[in-house]
Amino acid sequence: MSVLAAMLPGGRLHLQHGPIDVIARAWGEAEAIRRAYRAAYEAFSGLLDALCAELPLLRRPLPAPRPEGAVARRMHDAALPFAADTFVTPMAAVAGAVADHLLAAMRAAAPLARAYVNDGGDIALHLAPGRSFRCGIVADLAAPGLDAVAAIRAEDRIGGIATSGRATKGSGGRSFSLGIADAVTVLARDAATADVAATLIANAVDLPGHPAVRRVPACDLDPDSDLGSRLVTVGLGPLVGDDIAAALDRGVTEAERFRARGLIAAAILFLRGARRVVGPAPLALAA
Amino acid sequence: MMTETQQSTDTPDAEALSHVKDRNAGIVVCDACPVLCRIRPGRTGACDRYGNVEGRLARLDPLVIAARAGQDGMIPFLGADWDGSLLSGATAFVTGIGAGTTYPDYKPAPFIVASEFEGVEMVTVVTEGIFSYCGLKVKIDTDRFLGPECAAVRVDGEQVGHVTTAEYGSQMLSLGGVRHLTGGSKKEGQVTCETLLALANKQAVEVTIDQGARVVLQAGAAPIIDGVREERMRVGCGSAAIGMFARQWFGHVDEVIVVDDHITGVLTEHQAGRFLDMRPAGIRVRGRRSTPGRYFQVANPGRGWGGTDVEDPLEIIERIDPRIAWPGLRLLMVSTTGEHAAFYVLDDSLTPRQAPMPEAVARVVARIGENCEPALVSVLFMAGAGGSLRAGVTENPVRLTRSVRRGLTRVTSGGAPVYLWPGGGITFMADVLAMPDNSFGSVPTPALVAPIEFTLPLEDYRAMGGHMDRVRPLACLREEARATTIAWNAANPWPLEPAAT
Repeated sequence: MSVLAAMLPGGRLHLQHGPIDVIARAWGEAEAIRRAYRAAYEAFSGLLDALCAELPLLRRPLPAPRPEGAVARRMHDAALPFAADTFVTPMAAVAGAVADHLLAAMRAAAPLARAYVNDGGDIALHLAPGRSFRCGIVADLAAPGLDAVAAIRAEDRIGGIATSGRATKGSGGRSFSLGIADAVTVLARDAATADVAATLIANAVDLPGHPAVRRVPACDLDPDSDLGSRLVTVGLGPLVGDDIAAALDRGVTEAERFRARGLIAAAILFLRGARRVVGPAPLALAA
Repeated sequence: MMTETQQSTDTPDAEALSHVKDRNAGIVVCDACPVLCRIRPGRTGACDRYGNVEGRLARLDPLVIAARAGQDGMIPFLGADWDGSLLSGATAFVTGIGAGTTYPDYKPAPFIVASEFEGVEMVTVVTEGIFSYCGLKVKIDTDRFLGPECAAVRVDGEQVGHVTTAEYGSQMLSLGGVRHLTGGSKKEGQVTCETLLALANKQAVEVTIDQGARVVLQAGAAPIIDGVREERMRVGCGSAAIGMFARQWFGHVDEVIVVDDHITGVLTEHQAGRFLDMRPAGIRVRGRRSTPGRYFQVANPGRGWGGTDVEDPLEIIERIDPRIAWPGLRLLMVSTTGEHAAFYVLDDSLTPRQAPMPEAVARVVARIGENCEPALVSVLFMAGAGGSLRAGVTENPVRLTRSVRRGLTRVTSGGAPVYLWPGGGITFMADVLAMPDNSFGSVPTPALVAPIEFTLPLEDYRAMGGHMDRVRPLACLREEARATTIAWNAANPWPLEPAAT
């Protein structure tokens, strides 16, 4: 009902309000961590209410008027560069924008060596010079294993990691996908941008008209979905190797396009055990 | 919102039309958070915590099964790879946590589970009650003054309860209840519900008491009163402390005054001092004498010595009788927890002068502290399950009440034992610390959601008009996707064992 804030084992901060579930962790002096967590909590209070006040606008396809709220503006600004030739609403950036917003509040409050804010898999990262993170990537929630590891150093200037895929509610996912990817993980300068890009690349991993793909209008599942009557993926039958390669090719094309425009740094795409990597080798993704 | 839209019949606006469409499509609006998800049947809201179950808004938490070790010492199925085969009434108990409810119970309870225990077919009716009539009784082990009796207890400025009758060594609060949940403003109801939910789920809440203290409460933890953590509960009232330690003081001091907000004790006047043939010291304290050596109201309640407002203990001395007292008289003043203590010797003008406390006296003061138990906050959940909830158990609800009353049906809350109040209805209390973590939920009514289980022999269940067609074997819960297992709290009696009669 209201904001829940709790400390979790391992010095992590848990913030939850309605559908937003955030785990944050900061590294640094004890007092700095305390100030950062306090700032995150303060930035979190009222955040959902402010977002909800502008929901109708945030569900409209871009281009659209710029909203007022700080998080809403992060969503709008992150999604807009993708809107020229693709259907996208600011909602594609909601989880990443919340993560960015909380991380910004933490960094403004205190000097931190490292910090992350993980909003349901969309992660905002901060690395002071010389620091690094190793991020594990799990492609299949039904059979969780370490499918890849991204080693991120401060000089890579990666501020966000986001993952999108076919999994919908009840099977581990939180939102709808127009595509069939098991998982698309994107590294970008911030979490909101990574969030939008992962969503759009996962949408592009697709086999239009293929009989194995079961689709339903989004509004039949959620009457308020920003996707309206667009068909979202609810099931995927058996695919042959050529199908898998063809679907991944479409996603890779989209990812390369985003990378050429400087929107993302790297992406990794998974479908039925096959994997493609887009981006420079240092960021890649071993395992 | 609904009533507004229903009024606009002539020229319905788009929003009104969409609500009519919503109703036809079976959509429910969740108001658990500001997103206000409209949820289609069988779907969940954005948070996945609430869903539309057959046209009703329902919480979708996992169903909690508590498991204990069997005779072979193995806990049957902790973990995800449980195959269900070892599930038995000796080792597994289905709690109401996450069971959901069929409120207002025109339908059988969500889970009616049969299992065998020591050769007897048992049935457990498992549900979650939605309680508007419910609250918490909070016992705070302290003599410190928290606020006058009946004073409002507030959170965020809203009244969530009141100070009630103090008990021995403890202050008591009564929180929640229907008047604060649904009888006041919307905000009062929400704040009350959130406060109850947090405390019942063993979290900390800070309350403020009108004309009193700020107290941080958390079940099983020490209370924090105006920022100070209370360490000890008093050893007894001042008179009791005199009785307990008189013999140990004897010979080391000539007078002891135990300062206490309730009954201040004066050793030489007290029965215990008389018994030791102690010479009267002639020191008269303020207040109203109850019986010799026992004084009420020596000071006002407060946060000083012994739960009074006394900062300098000498201020409670009304006079020193020159005909009885003598120069060199050794006086100890001490509080009921031993946290405050001072040693005095009367000078030639019979004025008490503070002096270093002799070792033998300090030892007894320390012993007072040693005999104090740690101060704790205890939280009991209290609710009445005597209403429509019973219809989920049997078609003949009063028979459930009677069966509970006769001890045939055991009532538990999250597997924890409950105290049943005598008289009508099924009004019970449960220690939240005996219940699993996060046993409680809430609904926007606002009201608390609490687990409740009724366990009885299958034959008795049949006889009371139970929903026999809904009884399913325990083992079939392996098909229940929401089931999760926790370890049984070994301090609790096993609910399937016949209740002691």
